[in-house]
Amino acid sequence: MISLKELMTRRDAFTGLTMGNYALARAMAEAGLKVATSYPGSPTPEIGAALLGAPEEERPYYFEFSTNEKVALEKAAGASLNGHLSACFFKSVGLNVAADSLIQLSMMELIGGMVVILGDDPGANSSQNEQDNRHFARMSYIPMLEPATPREARGMFLEAAAVSRRLRMPVFLRLTTHVCHARERVDFGPLPDGAAGWEPGFDPKNGPYVPVAATVFPLKEKALRKQDEFGRLMDVSAMNRLFPAASGPARLGIVSAGLPALCAVEAVAAAGAPADVLKLACTWPLPSEKLADFLASHEEVFVLEDLDRVLETEIKALAFDRGLKCRVHSRKERSDLMGEMTPPRAAAMLASAWPEHFKAPPPRPAAEEPAARLPQLCPGCGHRSAFHAVKRALPPGAITVADIGCHSMGFMPPYEMGTVLLSMGHSVSTGAGLALGNSSRKVVSFLGDSTFFHAAMPGIVNAVVQDSDITLVLLENGTTAMTGHQPRAGTGEIGDKIPLPRLLEAMGVKFLRDVEAYKQAELAAALKEAMDHKGFAVVIARHPCMLKFMREAKARNPGLKPSRVAVDQAKCARHYTCVAEFACPSFVKHDAGSVTVHPELCIGDGSCVQTCPAAAIVREKGGEGK
Amino acid sequence: MAFNVYICGVGGQGIGVLAAALSTAAEAAGHEVRGCDTHGLAQRHGSVSSHLRLGGDALTPRVPEGQADIVLALERLEGLRGALYALKPGGTLLYYDTVYQPVTVRTGLRAYPSAEKVEAQVAELGGKTARVSVEGISDPRMQNAALLGRLAALGLAPGFTRETLRSALADTLGGRALEANLAVFDKAAG
Ligand code: SF4
Ligand code: SF4
Repeated sequence: MISLKELMTRRDAFTGLTMGNYALARAMAEAGLKVATSYPGSPTPEIGAALLGAPEEERPYYFEFSTNEKVALEKAAGASLNGHLSACFFKSVGLNVAADSLIQLSMMELIGGMVVILGDDPGANSSQNEQDNRHFARMSYIPMLEPATPREARGMFLEAAAVSRRLRMPVFLRLTTHVCHARERVDFGPLPDGAAGWEPGFDPKNGPYVPVAATVFPLKEKALRKQDEFGRLMDVSAMNRLFPAASGPARLGIVSAGLPALCAVEAVAAAGAPADVLKLACTWPLPSEKLADFLASHEEVFVLEDLDRVLETEIKALAFDRGLKCRVHSRKERSDLMGEMTPPRAAAMLASAWPEHFKAPPPRPAAEEPAARLPQLCPGCGHRSAFHAVKRALPPGAITVADIGCHSMGFMPPYEMGTVLLSMGHSVSTGAGLALGNSSRKVVSFLGDSTFFHAAMPGIVNAVVQDSDITLVLLENGTTAMTGHQPRAGTGEIGDKIPLPRLLEAMGVKFLRDVEAYKQAELAAALKEAMDHKGFAVVIARHPCMLKFMREAKARNPGLKPSRVAVDQAKCARHYTCVAEFACPSFVKHDAGSVTVHPELCIGDGSCVQTCPAAAIVREKGGEGK
Repeated sequence: MAFNVYICGVGGQGIGVLAAALSTAAEAAGHEVRGCDTHGLAQRHGSVSSHLRLGGDALTPRVPEGQADIVLALERLEGLRGALYALKPGGTLLYYDTVYQPVTVRTGLRAYPSAEKVEAQVAELGGKTARVSVEGISDPRMQNAALLGRLAALGLAPGFTRETLRSALADTLGGRALEANLAVFDKAAG
């Protein structure tokens, strides 16, 4: 296995078994990229991990995890305005945050070139929805390339960067979860000799760069012209691939792109069906001449895609406009618009149009569903301690609002804390809305500290100004835990510390308590006081992310054996508070009714000790945990 | 036809090591390799899976439902779940026999399956079951090595021999507790 450092700094060409995200990072270096920015979000954070894999002094590029996606996109755009090739990357819903500036980008003469990389998530593997960002390409007049494999991710990035720089326009590269995380052998090229300099090349004469009434139309005209030019390039691009039917000239054809296209190729091969597959590299603007030829040379064509009916609508319109006789089929069921394509699903969809050639795979034999295993907060997580305390302090009928982060998992049993969720940073304002005209039910909102900086500050200022009668529990764990512990702003890992209490005071918060999350009695008391306070109140429940803490402790001391707790069987009165309410995954309940502690899971932090009504949880001697 | 291996376990068990070692071994045996890890909530004790497909006609990275020749699991319940989803008739489930209770089991809502139950449910699918556990493992992550050792001994997959798997494991671990891991590998291989 090749190290990330080697991946990013090796000068000559080589080949390696690599995941899509890493292949993309290497492609950035091969393209001579100067600036990359991001906000961490699955499925893209490993691109950042690879970019950080080279020691800072050996990086020919600048990279940062920014405070949010809009900041990331603007910073990359600024670099490009100065003549530096740039890229920003984030997850699907991150584009919503960045949209306000993104939508202006196509009107800008981006002299350095800029690639906006999206990690879309059909199947909602790690996102709050499966939004189809192909719509954004149309709305923002930004072309979109869609790789299906790590190899293609590299190749299409290089192409996107080159064309973007030449036409001075932004280009989207849309990956999906299982392209980002797919693994295959990739041939990499050499790194360019002599990195480009940092001369700031911004010149307002390249613009205008200020879209106001008088300039909007010429700028929009330019954006549309470039979009058309990109489409003409794609019409003759070798990146579009034809997979001809093994059986010879076919009257049936399938049009697809990205991973769904490869699913189609596998389905055709498995069925031995007489159908050609046209795999489009660029899904906006569509290569209309190539498509028209394909439609004209096939009697029937199936448009196979994930999520919304994006390609389908365009291709049907094209067939109509050109008066083509080709019959255009598409997915039939509402369920076909949900989830991610697989070869068997492709076969089932194709069977709906061509039952003589494709068969829906037989359903799996009915079997008893095994017990579900949902993700849980880690052993020792401070959020668990906070939820346990908060839950006990809440009056009946209280409404709890969740935000994004590890603590979102609190909505599940047994905590059931945070039972409504919209988006990053929403919890304060949604909570404030729930509190309007409501004097009978307390409203408590949760928020993580990375999300605080990402998008919650305007909501907090609003709650201060309007003195919204809610309590905000700010769960401060000192990192962006959910996506793999990227540093958040203000911890001091990068730049100076920004202490949350001081910041909140400066924002005008009048009621503020700062409590260690393991101190459950103190936290509960602070929460009660906060809820009694008329108006906006903030309680910080502070504890470092223990997964990060333990990983760092083990890295410093590889032989570290964490201490543990044990259940004193003589004292245990079988309340099961530890198992059913506090619910640290370390507790094991045996068939005979006894409870023990799983030696491989417990980290010995002891936050559970206070929760046992019979005081049966005891610290084991020895060990060196926290 | 592609040869498909579906790897699964509980987030935090380190199935990435298995996937990496198997990929290396498969390449050493001359197979074209395609695969995919599921990332995301891996550290939060949920079910996790990783996919490995050998052979040039596999273009997509995930093992399709019901098409795994081998399901390799680091935990019993996950082995059952993986087999029910992915195992094809005639395929084999090989799992490391350890137990991590999910919340639903701990709170008494669901039962944890016995080894016999797993075997019976897999047999209903037309599959075979093998399990391995090694006494006195000092670090649970070495369960990976045990699984690879037994896989080599069972000779279930083309090219997954004792030699290729052993050296792939060494390559993947790159020195980290290598001797102890290889000892576990050898013990499990019998
Ligand atoms: S990663 Fe950190 S914050 Fe997230 S659940 Fe684990 S310990 Fe808690
Ligand atoms: S001491 Fe062990 S059992 Fe108690 S909360 Fe921490 S990890 Fe869980």
